[in-house]
Amino acid sequence: MKLALRLDDNHSSNLQGREARGVFIKSGGIFMGMTVTEKIIANKANLSQVKPGQIVQVPVDFAFFHDNNAPIAIRQFSRLPNASVWDSSKVMFVLDHHSPSTTLRAAQHHQNIRDFAKKHNIKVSEVGRGVSHPVVAEEGYARPGRIILGTDSHTVGLGTFGCLATGIGSTEMAAVLATGSIWLQVPETVKIWLDGKLGPHITPKDVALFLLKNFGPSFLNYAAVEIAGPLVDSLNVEERMAITIMCLEMGVKNAIMPVDEKILNYINGTQKTEKIFQADKDAVYASVVQFDVSSLEPIVATPGLPTNGVEVNQAEGVEINQATLGSCSGAFLHDLEAAAEILKGRKVHPGVRFVVVPNSSKVVEKAARLGIISTLVEAGAIFSSPACGTCGGYEVGVLAPDETCISTTTRNMDGRMGPGGLIYLASARTVAASAVMGKITDPRKLGGGN
Amino acid sequence: MNKSLNGKAFKFGDDVDTGQIIPGKYVVLTDPNELASHVFEDVAPEFKGKVEMGDIIIAGKNFGTGSSREHAPKAIKFSGISAVIAKSFARIFYRNAINIGLFAITLPQVDEIKENDQITINLNEGKVINHTQGKEYKFDLPHKVMLDIFAEGGIIPFTKKELNLK
Repeated sequence: MKLALRLDDNHSSNLQGREARGVFIKSGGIFMGMTVTEKIIANKANLSQVKPGQIVQVPVDFAFFHDNNAPIAIRQFSRLPNASVWDSSKVMFVLDHHSPSTTLRAAQHHQNIRDFAKKHNIKVSEVGRGVSHPVVAEEGYARPGRIILGTDSHTVGLGTFGCLATGIGSTEMAAVLATGSIWLQVPETVKIWLDGKLGPHITPKDVALFLLKNFGPSFLNYAAVEIAGPLVDSLNVEERMAITIMCLEMGVKNAIMPVDEKILNYINGTQKTEKIFQADKDAVYASVVQFDVSSLEPIVATPGLPTNGVEVNQAEGVEINQATLGSCSGAFLHDLEAAAEILKGRKVHPGVRFVVVPNSSKVVEKAARLGIISTLVEAGAIFSSPACGTCGGYEVGVLAPDETCISTTTRNMDGRMGPGGLIYLASARTVAASAVMGKITDPRKLGGGN
Repeated sequence: MNKSLNGKAFKFGDDVDTGQIIPGKYVVLTDPNELASHVFEDVAPEFKGKVEMGDIIIAGKNFGTGSSREHAPKAIKFSGISAVIAKSFARIFYRNAINIGLFAITLPQVDEIKENDQITINLNEGKVINHTQGKEYKFDLPHKVMLDIFAEGGIIPFTKKELNLK
């Protein structure tokens, strides 16, 4: 499993603020092939062609704010005298970071958001409904060909639906709320082709942590990453999102996957009704990288950065105080299901707090119907309501200094779950196996499942 | 743009993430001065006491990686910092910085700059001057779109002008 070609780090970082070097487009009206991301941008910008480095203005199809960033956005919007919301049907507030309200301040923010939303006729995804990315997906707002913006970095995960989805800050979002458009620099595209089949107990999260380990935290800065191949085809929609969401941790501007029947069924769309783009045969990629995942081992990212992946045997034996299933990328139905397979008939180690924060209310409903919640609770799991939960240290599952947690969440930077706490990232299977043993454990040693 | 930024250098390494700039527990704060009072609290608690108006952060690769929280560039700006010079930036941090009026440029030679060096960024000529070491570096100015936004003081005043709001 080798990189076919490496971009140099400066190359991608130099993209910022000026035309990229190594642009392969010929001048004089000769049409060169475009990648999916380039086609989406060109279509929205009403141009026949765009090239990496070019700056274009595009209309926004859907924009969402979460409760951490909405208060600043609302405040900034009020600095635009007499501004109106460009199209309230294309906007949503999602109350997910402090849900249900965890402090007086959070409760006041929620109240302000609800008041603003009511005044401007904007939808609110209420507390308990779930994390923005799965909710936006479930509600069918992420559709092929669209430009989707969220005030959350992991918005890139919505590119699973063949749209250009990316995160921006609150002040810029306040401007978008008034204008309905944004400037974008056309990114270079890196293509990742995933071949092979996952072995027993190896999950999409392991694939994500493996990709992160290979590319590092900034190698794909400003790039579009197009992920496809037989492995992607074999995964369900939410398993795909588990991978695209994590791509942000490599610095990507957007991640995108091909649109197939599974995607169309999920969003109740058809080939005819949706704007589906395919890359041209002569599309120009900054790099094409191929991996065969058949011999992939469970991956654990050691504390510090999500890109610190090692094979599980190099982290095994580390004692843990907490194990968590949570976040946009790590608490889908498939995560709870996988953990339940490991935990069925077993008990969480007495020295471990096993915290489960599903990422949407639909996950809770389905898990309840399938008996997954009772399996997890009988094993000793603590359930919290759907939210961003333990991932950002948002009052749920905060660690004391020197405590160690293994988690399916998105990040493990120093202090992410509380100053001095150490976070290992892993799949739901590795987290569940570790919760049983009280130390980081290869899930294959506990057998069962898959 | 006829402008220069002056101050002493504060050095940071690679991959400084937004959670280190402003920990997650403070993201409920919206007042920029309150945010600034917690800047780098866990990783560089001495920073707050030393920083003066105009000072400049000198960082390695991928500065501002992590969440989209604008609280991070805001906490930096309202602590008194006028600009961040880094080998490279995480995408959202970079956009946020320009959008709220914190200047940010990339410079490959940041390793040559030492803590406390007196730095001037000349925006007009695209030059970084290290007075302490007597060195000068050319840098590429951000794209015109970003310079226009920065010149207006951020994306809100820029949008106000664009939409002709009064």
